[in-house]
Amino acid sequence: MIIDRRDFLKLAGIGGAVFVSGLGGLESLENKALAAENDFFFLQLSDTHWGFNDVAVNADYSGTLKKAVEAVNSLKVQPDFIMFTGDLSHVTDDDDERRKRLSGFRDIVSQLKLKNVRFMPGEHDAGLDEGKAYKEFYPETHYTFDHKDVHFIALDNVSDPTSALGANQLDWLRADLQKQKKDARIVVFSHRPLYELYPDWDWYTRDGAEAIDMLTPYSNVVTFHGHIHQELHRTTGNIAHNAAKALMWAFPPPGSAPKKVQIPWDPAQPYKGLGFRQVDMTAGQTAPTITEFSVKGEKL
Amino acid sequence: MKSMKSGLLICSVAAAFIFVSIGGYLRAAENEQVVKITAKKFEYSPKDITLKKGVPAVLEFTSLDRLHGFNCPGLGIRQDIQPGKVNTLRFTPDKVGTFPFHCDNFCGTGHERMTGSITVTE
Repeated sequence: MIIDRRDFLKLAGIGGAVFVSGLGGLESLENKALAAENDFFFLQLSDTHWGFNDVAVNADYSGTLKKAVEAVNSLKVQPDFIMFTGDLSHVTDDDDERRKRLSGFRDIVSQLKLKNVRFMPGEHDAGLDEGKAYKEFYPETHYTFDHKDVHFIALDNVSDPTSALGANQLDWLRADLQKQKKDARIVVFSHRPLYELYPDWDWYTRDGAEAIDMLTPYSNVVTFHGHIHQELHRTTGNIAHNAAKALMWAFPPPGSAPKKVQIPWDPAQPYKGLGFRQVDMTAGQTAPTITEFSVKGEKL
Repeated sequence: MKSMKSGLLICSVAAAFIFVSIGGYLRAAENEQVVKITAKKFEYSPKDITLKKGVPAVLEFTSLDRLHGFNCPGLGIRQDIQPGKVNTLRFTPDKVGTFPFHCDNFCGTGHERMTGSITVTE
């Protein structure tokens, strides 16, 4: 069962009829109510790799994403939005097959009850044709949006085959950040980590340091990315970076094996290492609260 | 007459400088470790390379199909491998060990497998 904080707030009367406890007074409660109105949560799903078909790695390769969609649909309280952080489809050298895989992915996620769903490409989707096929399904590869009091930035570090953001996108990012207050709450999504997480396994963005430098003057920045197929939390300066589990296979921790190889499917523990996450953005709190879930929606 | 002598002196010094420079270049070139590496989907050939520490190395990459990359974080070197040309990377190995490298320009289904290593010996 996913959090019932909103249910609690409803029961407590915040946002509706106010229960006056006498502790802190009505003004305090009104402030809490106003704050609660800006509380929300979103889900991050990542690396679904639709089209992958190796049973040794995922014996339920055609069912895993569908199970995650069912799990999200079964949530008692739906998120404000869902973000898919790339590698929606698995790479193929065949342009027609790439479109078929992206179409298959889109058909499955269209079954989500929530319709506020956002997407961004991974290198498997966009790295071979500079995003041409991907844009036929999802026209934007980098964009911003505001939700409640949080500024969200989706960066594309995959459509350039060199896995760089590129000068144009960096200029665009600089211009966007100049419009933000230094204490603005900013959430950055990218597929690949912006920082040098583990270059030996290609887990970095070639010009990511420039983006990090631009973000560093802002005091409330957090990033969410995919690509490394595991939960991982690191910081660079005052920026917290959060890597998400995948929904097709898991990778071992960085540097824990001689080579980056997919962790084989374990029949005794199916779907181990796979899942999605909930991110609670609470007004007045700098750091979001992150809760991890299994493919089937069990809280971990 | 005096200016002619000065001119000859300058020419002699310049010739000596050029001779020494060329000689130095040739000596350096003779000491370089030159390795020719081809890259194609999804392999390098050779994929395992041995170099000597402290000896200048020249890696000459040729792509047989599309854009590839060469990134060896342990030695702090990288190179784009453009098709249709020789892509040259010069460096001097400064530490002993075995350092993995990989393609860092996404090149297709076997991209993740496109790896190799450089072993640097004393």
